[in-house]
Amino acid sequence: MPLKDFFGKRKKYASIPSEKAKVDVPEGLMQKCDNCKQIYYRKEIVKSLYVCPNCGYHHPMTAWTRIESLFDEGTFTEWDAGLTSANPLDFPDYETKIKKDRQKTGLNEGIVTGTGAIEGNQVAFAVMDSNFRMGSMGSAIGEKIARAIENAREESIPFIIFTASGGARMQEGLLSLMQMAKTSFAVKRFRDSGNLMISVMTHPTTGGVSASFASIGDYNFAEPGALIGFAGRRIIEQTIREKLPNDFQTAEFQLEHGQVDKVIHRHDMKTTLGKLLCMHTDGR
Amino acid sequence: MPILEFEKPIVNLKEKIKELKSFTENSDIDLRDEINNLEERLAKLEEDIYGNLKPWNRVQMARHPERPTTLDYVDRLFEDFIEFHGDRLFGEDEAIVSGIAYYKKQPVTVIGHQRGKDTKENIKRNFGMPHPEGYRKALRHMKQAEKFNRPIITFIDTKGAYPGKAAEERGQSEAIAKNLMEMAGLTVPIVCIVIGEGGSGGALGIGVGNHVHMLENATYSVISPEGAASILWKDAGEAQRAAETMQITAPDLKKLGVIDEMIPEPKGGAHRDIDTQAGLIDQVLEKSLNELKALSPEDIVEERWQKYKKIGSFQTI
Repeated sequence: MPLKDFFGKRKKYASIPSEKAKVDVPEGLMQKCDNCKQIYYRKEIVKSLYVCPNCGYHHPMTAWTRIESLFDEGTFTEWDAGLTSANPLDFPDYETKIKKDRQKTGLNEGIVTGTGAIEGNQVAFAVMDSNFRMGSMGSAIGEKIARAIENAREESIPFIIFTASGGARMQEGLLSLMQMAKTSFAVKRFRDSGNLMISVMTHPTTGGVSASFASIGDYNFAEPGALIGFAGRRIIEQTIREKLPNDFQTAEFQLEHGQVDKVIHRHDMKTTLGKLLCMHTDGR
Repeated sequence: MPILEFEKPIVNLKEKIKELKSFTENSDIDLRDEINNLEERLAKLEEDIYGNLKPWNRVQMARHPERPTTLDYVDRLFEDFIEFHGDRLFGEDEAIVSGIAYYKKQPVTVIGHQRGKDTKENIKRNFGMPHPEGYRKALRHMKQAEKFNRPIITFIDTKGAYPGKAAEERGQSEAIAKNLMEMAGLTVPIVCIVIGEGGSGGALGIGVGNHVHMLENATYSVISPEGAASILWKDAGEAQRAAETMQITAPDLKKLGVIDEMIPEPKGGAHRDIDTQAGLIDQVLEKSLNELKALSPEDIVEERWQKYKKIGSFQTI
């Protein structure tokens, strides 16, 4: 038996756990890749910013982990931390669900906004968190984004947003749809004032969020493998009565179809944004 | 004309009256008292039914196969309408009609979703569900309107932007997002009127206006009642309940502050008397345009921003 086969087999044997073991991954200590199912020490995957060391899969990041990964230490100040949803339609169970996600995530809403420095460049920032109501956009999120953009405009600093959202928040009905108009309006005012807006679409960015502020940065970036699109895959398959290819609506698909400027690996995110920010302030 | 389930008592009674009338004409028996009685009952029944439409009834009205479309109103409200085609990038999308016309001697740009009323026309119009090129055509014409200082009037009537493969490949999201952003900044008045179904982002894609009005039996929603029901309660059959919970009717949206005016419909819905309906739209449209005409280009944009800036309901804890 050649030597390489010997190693190949051993690896296979070691990395495929039994069905029981798969469920029994101890919380906290070990973590399994959502994509390739490889099991790692949690420490290891945290250190690699939740990118699987084996297959490169980008796991969703919480808002605060994202902030930590991008901002120069100790520079970030949060805005509107207490701003949260009301229940304008008296939608059944809505408040309970919000409360539950508040406890689960420690956030008051599915977004954190604020200001800080990335590689020495002061920016206004917003990052959505898909752990909170799937990052769906209601009035509170729309308001926080609009305020962050207006602050950026007043201070004449770039605005960067990391999106992660299943779309509009149904429980707020048309008010949630109108947040698309409100945020896009704020983007218009901001971009017209000569300031830089960067949108980074992370997994998933769909529906009303992809059809508003996420798609209208001066630059639109995406993380590898992120699901980005307007309509849901199931709806499209039902409408056109055919199966869609696996890579449909991925970041790479959007790149190929001219919809994003660049797909940026998470490990390169901070330096790429830093460089880009410098290119827009140098010589101004 | 297809009869909706909840209208059946009215239609039955009307038929009975008709029968009695033709019977009296051909015989000596005088049934006038009886007929008068029934006509009084009919008036009351119409008041009861049409005056108390449930959200789901309005959904049915908005989807009525004979509900007037954009072009029905264009014919009646404007003069010399000339339609223009194409987005100059990919193609022509007949799910949106767009052109210029006179409105009371003033040149205006008119844009609207266009459904068909039969299968053949619906296929041509893609059931009024636009692809990106539809939104890009609309934007091209809106920019033109700005250049030549024409007010923009849009008619909203779509189940939604088309959820298809080609639409995604050509950037449905970007097309809609860009329209929202660009409509925000246009220095000419924009008046939007929801005439049928206002389906989510596909409706909003031509719907960022200074004034947004809505016909009494139109609907405007972030997701269809069926879609909401299947997500919320895993059962599309709960659509009626979703229609009530989601507050998608003109009276609800007026209360929420999302629309400016509710435009009344003739008894039984717009399809029963299109001329009257056009007249009712005309009154509101004229008032809107007159109000907006008084504003400077900067104030038009500022007024629009103030409107959208305050939409939303949230709290601080």
